[in-house]
Amino acid sequence: MNPAGFLAELFAYPFMVNAFQAGTIVAVAAGAIGWFMVQRRQSFAGHTLAVIGFPGAAGATLLGLSPAVGYFVACIGGALVIAALPATGRAGGELGGASEESAAIGTVQAFALACGFLFVSLYKGFLGGLNNLLFGTITGVTTGQVALLAVAGLVSLAALASIARPLLFSSIDPAIAGSRGVPVRAVSAAFLVLLGVAAAGTSQVTGSLLVFSLLVAPAATATRLTARPVLGIALSVVIALAATWAGEAIAYFSPYPIGFWVASLAFAAFVAATAWQAAREHHGRRRARPNAGVWA
Amino acid sequence: MTGIAAFGTGGWILSEPFMQNAFIAGTAVALLAGLVGHFVVLRGQVFAGDALSHVAYTGALAALAAGLDLRLGLFTATIGIGFALGLFGGRGASDDVVIGTTFAWILGLGVFFLSIYTTRSSTSDSTANVKVLFGSILGISSAAAQSETWTAAGLILVLLAIARPLLFASLDPAGASARGIPVRFLGPFFLALLGATAATASQLVGALLVFGLLAAPPAAARKLTDRPWTAFWLSGALAVAAVWAGLALAYWVPTLPSSFTITGAASLEYATAATASWILARRARIPASPDSSNPETRQGARATAGSRHR
Repeated sequence: MNPAGFLAELFAYPFMVNAFQAGTIVAVAAGAIGWFMVQRRQSFAGHTLAVIGFPGAAGATLLGLSPAVGYFVACIGGALVIAALPATGRAGGELGGASEESAAIGTVQAFALACGFLFVSLYKGFLGGLNNLLFGTITGVTTGQVALLAVAGLVSLAALASIARPLLFSSIDPAIAGSRGVPVRAVSAAFLVLLGVAAAGTSQVTGSLLVFSLLVAPAATATRLTARPVLGIALSVVIALAATWAGEAIAYFSPYPIGFWVASLAFAAFVAATAWQAAREHHGRRRARPNAGVWA
Repeated sequence: MTGIAAFGTGGWILSEPFMQNAFIAGTAVALLAGLVGHFVVLRGQVFAGDALSHVAYTGALAALAAGLDLRLGLFTATIGIGFALGLFGGRGASDDVVIGTTFAWILGLGVFFLSIYTTRSSTSDSTANVKVLFGSILGISSAAAQSETWTAAGLILVLLAIARPLLFASLDPAGASARGIPVRFLGPFFLALLGATAATASQLVGALLVFGLLAAPPAAARKLTDRPWTAFWLSGALAVAAVWAGLALAYWVPTLPSSFTITGAASLEYATAATASWILARRARIPASPDSSNPETRQGARATAGSRHR
């Protein structure tokens, strides 16, 4: 098949055009916001926000609203709650604090999934839609949804750009950032809301359970390849875009669902980057043996 | 409504065979999940527990797609990947990106098996996916309930056998290995046990909701007591209580799915315990008088006085 024919066939249906537009917006936002999330080690929170989107979307469907609205309301609401939580969680301090906090987040996650299941079973005859909410779909993206995603994506990227510097500073060293006058708590709360927006947008392409494949895997891959912030964000966006576009194209021609393809491509990139990093470190260690102290 | 009618006809919850099955299997599995969950929270492996419960989904659907018994795939996948996670994954929080990325892909693989399963066999059970994801404790046969109960009992015995060294190794890995405890082996072994627990529990409450029983009761128990063994047994008791309360509620209000009521009860336990401990901590902080009746505070004061003496 020649490339032009390939593209013509791919975009012959409006739903594929919508899917590609939505995928592009989501991949850019998820790649950029995900990079900060990986630096801040908040991937568990990102996953939880995505999972909270599931009862939101199921509840919205039950009420006769668009699932997209449900995703955004639930994810942003969840982000605000998580932003309010750490003050009590951190009071415990020391080593146990982190694991107890993640147990609390895990409990919230299970409860959110259970609520989603409740809404789905209250809304009878919706069980086919369950898979779309959990694992994504490319056939269901409407033009209105694309417009909503575009607005959300642009607003969240603009907000991210405006807090990028203090955010990066407070991610690397919160104590020093705080002493330099960076409002660490406000910045981290704002970031959690952005993370909620990104998770809600990503859920609409990959489904609630596979958000990791666009939010974490590209960012983690970029982090393995470079430590420089701007280059890392750019790489993360490029990898997310490549995984989404390729995943959507393959899903169109194959009987298997998009969630599987996007997750597999993103994971393959992550594995390749990890292997490359390991090889480079091995090589570097052999060469830099005489003055290892400089590199340590 | 039907629940009230059942009461009227002289029946009570346990007179129905499917409720007996659910109660017996549910009790055993909840006790297992609560006890294992205590160590999961203690060792900071909540994230790994989440990952393994997702592996359960893929394992089950892979077996269905291959036309095998669901349990075969379930246990092979969770035990194998749990052991591998313990060997290669390390313990640090820095690894959560690795775990997260891997399990996102594994879930994607599950969807792949799901579509093979649903497209290949037209006679396939269309609710199988929902059952694997969200469980069906009220729908299990008495044979399945028996095998669940025996599996859970066996796993509890294994856990009790390693509980003492495991606690030591969790609290003080260096000290434990100095005393000759095989810490490096215990970690992977525990994760394999956690995988088996996730597989067992996922048949009752579903792969996605296993976490409610694995994280909420131990987290609640830790809010209520600082002593590890008290928290251990309390966590098991709270998990069992959550299953009982959930089953009773699902029986009386049939529109509510049992997986929702069980997870809801466990979450409520945690919310209550967290609120209670927060209120107690606030009360203890405000007076801040040295003549506190709390024996722990007094002990602490004595200890600091003693150390100052020295």
